[in-house]
Amino acid sequence: MADKKPLNFQWAINHGIAEEMRRDPTVFIVGEDVGKPGGPFGVTRGLIDEFGPERCVDTPISEGAIVGLCCGASAAGLRPVAEIMFMNFITLAVEEFYNQASKMRWMFGGQVKLPMVVRAMTAGGFGAGPHHSSSLEGWFASMPGLKVVMPSNPVTAKGLMKAAIRDDNPVLYVEPLQSYKLKAMMPDGDYITPIGKAQVVKEGKDITIVSIGRMLAEAEKAISVLEGSGIKAELIDLLTVNPFDMETIYASVKKTSRCVIIHEAKKIMGCGAEIAAALQEDLFDWLDAPVARVAAPFTHIAFQPALEKHYLPDAEKLVAKVKEMIG
Amino acid sequence: MKLSKEIKIDLYTRMIRQRTFEDETTRIFAGGEMPGFLHLSQGEDAMAAGTCANLLKEDIIFTTHRGHGCIIAKGADMKPMMAELFGRIDGCCRGRAGSMHFADVTTGCMGSNGVVGEGMRIALGTAFAQKYNKTTNVTAVYFGEGATGTGAFHESFNMAAVLKLPLIFVCSINLYAQMTPKVDHIAIENVADRAAAYGAPGVTLDGNDVEAVYEEMGKAVKHCRAGKGPYMIEGKTYRHHGHFEGDPCNYRPAGELEQWLNKDPIVLYEKQLKKENVIDDAFISKTRENAKKEVDEAVAFARKSPQPAVEELYRDIFA
Repeated sequence: MADKKPLNFQWAINHGIAEEMRRDPTVFIVGEDVGKPGGPFGVTRGLIDEFGPERCVDTPISEGAIVGLCCGASAAGLRPVAEIMFMNFITLAVEEFYNQASKMRWMFGGQVKLPMVVRAMTAGGFGAGPHHSSSLEGWFASMPGLKVVMPSNPVTAKGLMKAAIRDDNPVLYVEPLQSYKLKAMMPDGDYITPIGKAQVVKEGKDITIVSIGRMLAEAEKAISVLEGSGIKAELIDLLTVNPFDMETIYASVKKTSRCVIIHEAKKIMGCGAEIAAALQEDLFDWLDAPVARVAAPFTHIAFQPALEKHYLPDAEKLVAKVKEMIG
Repeated sequence: MKLSKEIKIDLYTRMIRQRTFEDETTRIFAGGEMPGFLHLSQGEDAMAAGTCANLLKEDIIFTTHRGHGCIIAKGADMKPMMAELFGRIDGCCRGRAGSMHFADVTTGCMGSNGVVGEGMRIALGTAFAQKYNKTTNVTAVYFGEGATGTGAFHESFNMAAVLKLPLIFVCSINLYAQMTPKVDHIAIENVADRAAAYGAPGVTLDGNDVEAVYEEMGKAVKHCRAGKGPYMIEGKTYRHHGHFEGDPCNYRPAGELEQWLNKDPIVLYEKQLKKENVIDDAFISKTRENAKKEVDEAVAFARKSPQPAVEELYRDIFA
């Protein structure tokens, strides 16, 4: 279409939710500020005008009750899309994720399904400090029964949101505030980005870079720098951290024999550790170098700009690591 | 309100069925045949029977870890229920839930919970769905006074009130939060007073008086079906057994149990109904025999059911 314009990340999420709400009357949004205020960062703006307050529900600041409500409502056949705001606040609902949402179907012998989505934001890079900036996906990826997706750009943000809403399981949807400013031309029509499937974003032969969430933009920057040094990296956008797509990673590493994983969460006990362990268990003979990780150090994220910059992984750190590996 | 003979007999029969199930479960567990932890509800029978007798099949309940009485009163079939307690494949939850995490969705028993108070947060969701779908169904969530110390209680009550959800908070005061007596963890006499803080009705009553429970629950259900938001009922009762089966109960003052056994809701109601000429000794024997037969058949069913295969561990993680 001639008048087509690029869409930014937060509107991509908004459109994904709106399309599903139009398609399916059981879909509703719930959380703090999601209705009348249109979301703390505007992601749900306008939805209440189209769908009304019954389907766009503002709640008290009660994270546990919001996620608990999603468990019960989804077990009863609705499809809630909740917002927790900053991911650090999800600590107040870990009980509902771990003991209830992820276990209910299994515990009850398959009597219920829980098609619920919970959105949470990570805010590394904004100087928001230790209580607003954490990336906790690793905790949730260790829960059987809970899917965890991490969109990387507007296209996957919309596609994963629509896939998450249609999924019959609880899905934690992690959206980085840093990515809200990203813009992209969107595919036409009704598409989804499948959960549990990684995407090979760029082909290469020298090393596989596995990127999680917003680190995709950093990895893309790093790749163009590396190309200047004659290094051709293959880039995989993981998109789902549980269940994660080892097949795509294996196929790539068999070709490149090297792998580095980049994520915003801490290196110790981060999702990269699981991927690295799986690679050495299953693909040891294919590897020409130890699997590496570029991730946050084992301390707390600072609000102080210089300290925060030191803490966060970025393109520069990834370039340095790849050069060290390829030498 | 004068209750009909039919309702009186219904309330009595529910309590006898609940108690017979619990007594037989006590015996079997003591014999080592049943795995896991058991928390039994003898003594709190009137709260379960009096409330559930007001509910329809489509209404939903969430029970505590001490939930057998409510589940039977709500209408669950004892056979798959007992098989579940035995951890067998023909259990409602294929032997994965046991007593503490039990659910029977077909009869509206949407889950017992191993985490004190947590049923309240999930109950918000089924009540929300009942309202969203424009039904007149209600959700009742059961808990003990120990759960009123959790954030779940306050968050859920507040949210239910704000969203005007058809949710009935049913609190059985059994005098202990696990092993700590009520006076040591609650600063007020009646926890139903807290309902006022959320702009909802809260009523305290004798939880061993099954007719009082029945009548109050009737008002609560009517209130919720009319879309007026949540309601709280607090019934003062007592847990005849310990927190769990095997609990030596050395925290109980001497004589306390005996005092409450004299106020056993079933004993009291039997006396009352005999005095009112609603039932006689022959009816009592027959009701008890029937209940025993029903429980025995459930036990036989459970014993015959196979153990789950190890593959069961990996089923139903995702839909």
